[in-house]
Amino acid sequence: MQPISKNLHRRGESWIEKGLAFCAALFVIVIAIITIFIFARGLPILLKVGVADFLFNTDWRPTSNSFGIGTMLVGSLVVTTASLLWAVPLGIMTAIFMAEVAPPRASRWLGALVELLAGIPSVVYGFVGLVLIVPFIRNYLGGNGLSVLAGAIILGIMILPTIINISRDAIRAVPKEYKEGSLALGATHYQSIRRVILPAARSGIITAVVLGMGRAIGETMAVVMVTGNSPIIPAGVLSPVRTMTSNIVLEMGYAAGDHQAALFATGVVLFVFIVILNLVVNMSLKAGAANGRR
Amino acid sequence: MAGASGKDKLLTGIFWLAGIFIVLILAGIIGYVLFRGASSLSLDFILQPPSRAGRLGGISTTIVGTVYLTLLALLAAVPVGVGSAIYLEEYAHSRSRFAKLVNLTAETLAGIPSIVFGLFGFVFFVIFLGMGWSVLSGGLTMAIMILPTITRTAQEAILAVAGEYRENSLALGASRWQTVRRVILPSALPGIVTGIILSIGRAVGETAAIILTAGSSLGMPVSPMDPARTMSVHLYIMAMEGISTERAFGTACLIVVLIVIINYLANLSLSRLTKAMR
Amino acid sequence: MGSEKIRRITSFLILGLLLVGTGIVTGCGSKTTETPTPGQNTPAALSGSLTIAGSTSVQPFSEVLAEEFMAKNKGVQINVQGGGSSVGIEAAVTGAAQIGASSRAVKAEETAKGLTATTIALDGIAVVVNPANTLTGLTTEQVMNIYLGNIKNWNEVGGPDAVITVVTREEGSGTRDAFSEIVLAKKDIIKTAIVQNSTGAVRTTVAGDKNAIGYVSLSSLNQEVKALDINGAAANEANVKAGTYKIQRPFIYVTKGAPSGLAQAFIDYVLSPEGQQLIVEEGAFSIK
Repeated sequence: MQPISKNLHRRGESWIEKGLAFCAALFVIVIAIITIFIFARGLPILLKVGVADFLFNTDWRPTSNSFGIGTMLVGSLVVTTASLLWAVPLGIMTAIFMAEVAPPRASRWLGALVELLAGIPSVVYGFVGLVLIVPFIRNYLGGNGLSVLAGAIILGIMILPTIINISRDAIRAVPKEYKEGSLALGATHYQSIRRVILPAARSGIITAVVLGMGRAIGETMAVVMVTGNSPIIPAGVLSPVRTMTSNIVLEMGYAAGDHQAALFATGVVLFVFIVILNLVVNMSLKAGAANGRR
Repeated sequence: MAGASGKDKLLTGIFWLAGIFIVLILAGIIGYVLFRGASSLSLDFILQPPSRAGRLGGISTTIVGTVYLTLLALLAAVPVGVGSAIYLEEYAHSRSRFAKLVNLTAETLAGIPSIVFGLFGFVFFVIFLGMGWSVLSGGLTMAIMILPTITRTAQEAILAVAGEYRENSLALGASRWQTVRRVILPSALPGIVTGIILSIGRAVGETAAIILTAGSSLGMPVSPMDPARTMSVHLYIMAMEGISTERAFGTACLIVVLIVIINYLANLSLSRLTKAMR
Repeated sequence: MGSEKIRRITSFLILGLLLVGTGIVTGCGSKTTETPTPGQNTPAALSGSLTIAGSTSVQPFSEVLAEEFMAKNKGVQINVQGGGSSVGIEAAVTGAAQIGASSRAVKAEETAKGLTATTIALDGIAVVVNPANTLTGLTTEQVMNIYLGNIKNWNEVGGPDAVITVVTREEGSGTRDAFSEIVLAKKDIIKTAIVQNSTGAVRTTVAGDKNAIGYVSLSSLNQEVKALDINGAAANEANVKAGTYKIQRPFIYVTKGAPSGLAQAFIDYVLSPEGQQLIVEEGAFSIK
């Protein structure tokens, strides 16, 4: 090769590297733009109303200049907690089943089905909730049916795949020797699972729960379709409820001025919440790795 | 001893029940949608445009809208996603600050709720860049949403390429980019394809972000600046407005069938990937 | 290896085609919008632009009317914007818009600023219950007390012993604004009410719950729900026009002074049989 073409070649290489680096940098740029634009729309009203007042005031009458998302904050937490209450135990049990109990073939099949469960769009879940679960609650449990309970059932199904997949991987990552040692000491299979494997997989399982929680808080369409959307602190599981995500999608249509800004501010709160949750997961993952438990 | 084994049997039974319960939930949802929706599925339903706000006719324009928007999203996201995966795995030192920052932002991006992307797409693409409610606004918003998936699967696929291939190629005098192009990318292709398939699934199902960025106009989108309604948005509107339960079930049925196919394809290319790794 | 290459080339080809295709399509799109040629207009052709701003309830009607009007008069550009009734009236006063759209009666102090109000259509709001509900009518007073939460059980208004499920539209909705102004004197709706963000969703909710009450635009009534008589007047077109059905509102265009030029031509079109027909098709009542 002649030196000139080699030189040209090298210059081409460096341009390619720069181009690829720019692609990677786009991630940072995009998230910066997202943050700037959401905050630019939401932050002014948040500061005008006062952060504490916006978060904890339970009076939401945006067209009468009363902006408090306290009821939605509680609503998001209540629906999320209620969904975690049943999805976490079932999810972890299924993960144990797949990793430790089921024959490999059954486990593979179940894995594919769980992937499918994760792939079904939220609007389909919402639709099924609306035509199946809401009428069931109305006819057999009382109330209108559009309720915390309907939201918790649908959300729970939606976060099952997250919980199952991550917990299963964590359980599978526990070194075989742990279990073999425990069995050699005379423990039964289930004693080994409870005393050795689960503690060793703990940080992975916690990650699974936190990520499931993040997904539940961020879910929008399914929730808005089945929860009735009343801006109140729910009085029970049959009471309607409004989450932060529902608030945005419900009122964006006709909102203008400060009302619209307040919906963006709701988005800001949601955004900050999720980012914090992600950072926590990241740190706990690192801590877990440092402990050699993952 | 007999007691312990009895307890073990009980526990085994309970764990099986958990697994079976998951299958029942899935079978229930899919079965119900297919059962109620299959009767409204027909060639006309797929090929005819909706009329009278969706009360009559088919859903052809929403299918076109979905495909159009997904293609635009992929067009924007695949080069960037694969490019950054190549950079992170082949060029950057994995411990460099920049690589760590990119990985962290990718994870954060993956966790952001779709409604927040919707709000962003609305202020940035629709209003700030003046694209209006359009396939383009929706497609670009969607592109940002699928970027983490594409990058992560591509990263994993590139990581799985055996080190010797890379070293042999470099030892033979190939440059870095030549190595990437001739050795790494071909071997990582199944993984990249998996990421694309999964992203298509996400794009087909997304609703909240699309309503705010692509609008919900029922017309046939021709130019990328036209507003469009995707199938998922159509299902939402059909169901909530109570326009036609029958057609809502038909749309839901079609979406579920699509998702099942997409998942099957993803599994197929994934198993090919794992085979290639051996 | 050969097939690998072919596959790669094909994928690049597809990508390229896609890009070119998009380009052509955009090109065509922009070309078609440029087709109107000034030459083919009639001698008395109208030209210029007109801005209509105001009530979001009137907006869809203005959009359809503007679309038809522009199709007939190629040189005219009409921009339709929202903002709310007060914004519309304000815009007409300041001249920011030639026509302000309002879905409430124009107040005396507003007409005092030299505004001319032209009613272009009438809209009624129906109070709806589940068809299984035995009740046939309520007074505006009773409807108000139900929505304010003072009446909680159907037996307080002559129905069965069952808790009322109140269903309402979301804040910001024009229908909610109008309902609140006409029936509730702008007092706050009880917070436990189910909130839905479209007419259809309210209707579906009421259709699914035998104890529910909701309100929807009169034009979007269907068999799924039952409209109640209000103060003894059935919810229908005749009673809205006669004024005996109380939950109704006018759609009004306001102009500064008497309408002139393009604004006048447009309002004339809106009031013509053809314009009124479009209004009826969109779901309001004609003024005649």
